[in-house]
Amino acid sequence: MTMVLNHPGIADAEPNADALKRRGSRERRALASLTLPGAILIFLVLILPIGWLFWLSFFGPSGEATLENYARMLKPIYVRTFISTFEVAGLVTLVCVLLGYPVAYLLSQLSERTAGLLMIFVVLPFWTSVLVRTYAWLVLLQRTGLVNTWLIDAGVISTPLPLVHNMLGTVIGMVHVMLPFLILPLYASMRAIDPVYMRAAANCGATPSQAFRQVFLPMSLPGLTAGIALVFVLCLGFFVTPALLGGGRVAMWAMQIANNISVYGNWGAASALGVVLLVVTAIILYAFKRLFRVDTFEGVR
Amino acid sequence: MLNRPATETQITHFQRIWLYMLVALVFAFLIIPCLIVIPMSFSGSKYLEFPPRSWSLQWYGAYLGSSEWRAATFVSLRAALLTTVFATTFGTLAAYGISRAYGAASSLARGVFMLPMLVPLILVAIGCFFVYAKIGLNGTTTGLVMAHTVLALPFVVIAVLSGLASYDMNQERVAQSLGASRPWAFLTVTLPQIRLSVMSGALFAFVTSFDEVVIALFISGGQNATLTRLMFANIRDQIDPTVAAISSLLIGLSMILLVGSHLLRGREDRK
Amino acid sequence: MPGRVEIRNIKKAYGSFLALDDVSLDIAPGEFLTLLGPSGSGKTTLLNVLAGFVRPDSGSITIDGAEFLLLPPHKRNLGMVFQNYALFPHMSVRRNVGYPLRLRGVSGAELDRRVEEALGLVQMAHLADRGVNALSGGQRQRVALARAIVFEPSILLMDEPLSALDKKLREHMQLELKRLHDRLGTTTVYVTHDQREALTLSDRIAVVNGGKIVQLGTPDEIYDRPKNKFVADFIGETRFLPVETSTSGALLYGRPLRTRDDWKDGDSDKPWLVIRPERLRWKGDETETANRIEAEATDVIYQGDSYLITVRMPDGIELDLRRGPDLGGKDLPERGQPIQLWLDREHTILVADKS
Repeated sequence: MTMVLNHPGIADAEPNADALKRRGSRERRALASLTLPGAILIFLVLILPIGWLFWLSFFGPSGEATLENYARMLKPIYVRTFISTFEVAGLVTLVCVLLGYPVAYLLSQLSERTAGLLMIFVVLPFWTSVLVRTYAWLVLLQRTGLVNTWLIDAGVISTPLPLVHNMLGTVIGMVHVMLPFLILPLYASMRAIDPVYMRAAANCGATPSQAFRQVFLPMSLPGLTAGIALVFVLCLGFFVTPALLGGGRVAMWAMQIANNISVYGNWGAASALGVVLLVVTAIILYAFKRLFRVDTFEGVR
Repeated sequence: MLNRPATETQITHFQRIWLYMLVALVFAFLIIPCLIVIPMSFSGSKYLEFPPRSWSLQWYGAYLGSSEWRAATFVSLRAALLTTVFATTFGTLAAYGISRAYGAASSLARGVFMLPMLVPLILVAIGCFFVYAKIGLNGTTTGLVMAHTVLALPFVVIAVLSGLASYDMNQERVAQSLGASRPWAFLTVTLPQIRLSVMSGALFAFVTSFDEVVIALFISGGQNATLTRLMFANIRDQIDPTVAAISSLLIGLSMILLVGSHLLRGREDRK
Repeated sequence: MPGRVEIRNIKKAYGSFLALDDVSLDIAPGEFLTLLGPSGSGKTTLLNVLAGFVRPDSGSITIDGAEFLLLPPHKRNLGMVFQNYALFPHMSVRRNVGYPLRLRGVSGAELDRRVEEALGLVQMAHLADRGVNALSGGQRQRVALARAIVFEPSILLMDEPLSALDKKLREHMQLELKRLHDRLGTTTVYVTHDQREALTLSDRIAVVNGGKIVQLGTPDEIYDRPKNKFVADFIGETRFLPVETSTSGALLYGRPLRTRDDWKDGDSDKPWLVIRPERLRWKGDETETANRIEAEATDVIYQGDSYLITVRMPDGIELDLRRGPDLGGKDLPERGQPIQLWLDREHTILVADKS
């Protein structure tokens, strides 16, 4: 007993408490500092410039404070751009769903090995530069391009079809870019559906199409909504393909922003457009996250 | 064969033949634009044709012979390599910090590192262009590499986080109990075991930078114009068959990277 | 002899949950001490505090008189064996075992000699150049052990090291661990939730529950003199019967109960009689009324090495009792038959819910 009483720790009810606390916060600081180099870069390249643009969007060309940059967005020319952007994004998303769902479904029903092999068809485009693919579509679709040449040679048409430098060409090119973004998350979520559910449905007396509609389809919806959100949002801010395949006839939001800078040098207007684009993107992603509990960008690539 | 059951619900292959045809068409749609450029780039005539009536390497010659294309290729490669180094280092450090910390700080950091993937590229591009103009970074490798590193960070962080998630942290603990300091335990025990994730993150970082167009359009230029910037201008203004040769080379590069990432993933699965 | 550990007033809270509630414990040099408790009791947290992986809110740990708690894990010179072995998959067996030595600047022939020696101790010398993925569970366990002892740490910590092995191998490894400890004499702190393993291995057992050490003692003290109902319940295949207290002593269903220790009156808790099935006598003097249990057999089930006999007490409480095939001269009871059981005084123990 005397040993316990003589022990120095007894006098102090909480020995070492302060030293332990200091070491705890030192460790937390050390861990936090690991994120610093990346976080500083993100601040310099992303947060600071966008914050600056946001500030700028409240000033006119001569430096006076104004809401003109936002008011201008109600003008018909801007409204037309917004409408056509949403049209293109919606159309591309719809086509991606119609083409991508069957592909993901079939792949998910095959053995892992076969599916992995066939995945090359989805993944090779994914790894190929957007610019290269857009160029290839131009080569295929232009007036003297391969498709028109073949169709004329085959006698199907006599004059070249306008396949590119318009809405059609833009949508074709964008679908090609976006399709993998839909198929990959959708395939992953379909893979995770245990085939035992389909067996159980058949066992309960469901026809194949009933089993698909009532069991498989609902279970694949989380992956599908994640893919839809991702594709739609990427379309809204897309620049390269519409700029090259639209031939100036398809007005997209991102091109409007670029033109405001490169043609008019109007930073206030470009900033306001950019800010609204960011807000719309954030709202859509947030809405999908809340409504469907999907993390859109996790697990891509 | 066709009458055999194809699914759990006993539907036959024959009943699903429409599905196979549709999927085959989609695959053709996806793959043809990636491959058709390659034979055309060997065309011997002055125009692009398919199939080419004669073969030559003239467009490859034109590409290699042009100092402008060569310089742009060099700029792109240099930026991509530097981006890979910085993004992989910073992203791995950050992923480790995020995975070891907990609570609000960890999820805040995670959110910050996902930002570059969520913000529309065009906005990043004009933002950088604006700020770089003030500090003289437009047209410099430094500015380009900074922007590309930020774009690549989310991919590295995601890849390394997923590697760390399937990694047993007790390994690092046991190394510490055996006498290794924390950084040394990370280097000798953790890093070798998550190296495949780090490498696949590095691969993403390289591709992200090398293929990036929009930011390069705004902030690269002059002597430091990237290959993508030059190609973009070229495609917009004329159809120069030289681009077909460059595209074919890039497709070859994509295939190498694809095989690389496939090998990395395959080895990871076997673990 | 070095390796004396004094743990004092360790407190650790996660929010409002007290993982360690003012824990103090002395460990003698060379002792094999087991922290035994259910999951969530705080036993692993205490081990991690010792190893330096969990930082307590306050407290003190000294080893041979020197404060230890503020050292980082790598300066504590502890060998640790994890539940899942935590062998480095990118290193061979030899490199795994050599890792702590290389960190201490040992190299060349000295390194080889000590690695060989440690592997020899765990009978793994013949597999030194294998990759660790080619090893079986038991072999991995041996390598992990060799790696933890090769640098002659002052203390060896083990976190449920045998729980991933199957029953046969586990029992075999228990004996090997005991022999190894006898040979090396390293102070060992061992965490387990398996009471049989704790009884087999330990010099002393600390039973942990709710962030506190509820009883500390040798295996026979813990088994034969449980301090409260939790300890009695956690150790052994224990059944309980409610006991009445009166001025003349304890009563079981109105019959007097002669107990080993007197029940201290004034305890507000109701006492329980601890029944260890193997301590019951199935034969006795039928005129003897004290310490006799009368019940009705409700089920008699053959289980190979034993019978499982369910009996119902007068108040309806049912007890499952395991009984060897030799029924002590008595015939197997039949369903519905009344049976009588006796408890010797030295095995008649009363416990309270809390102590």
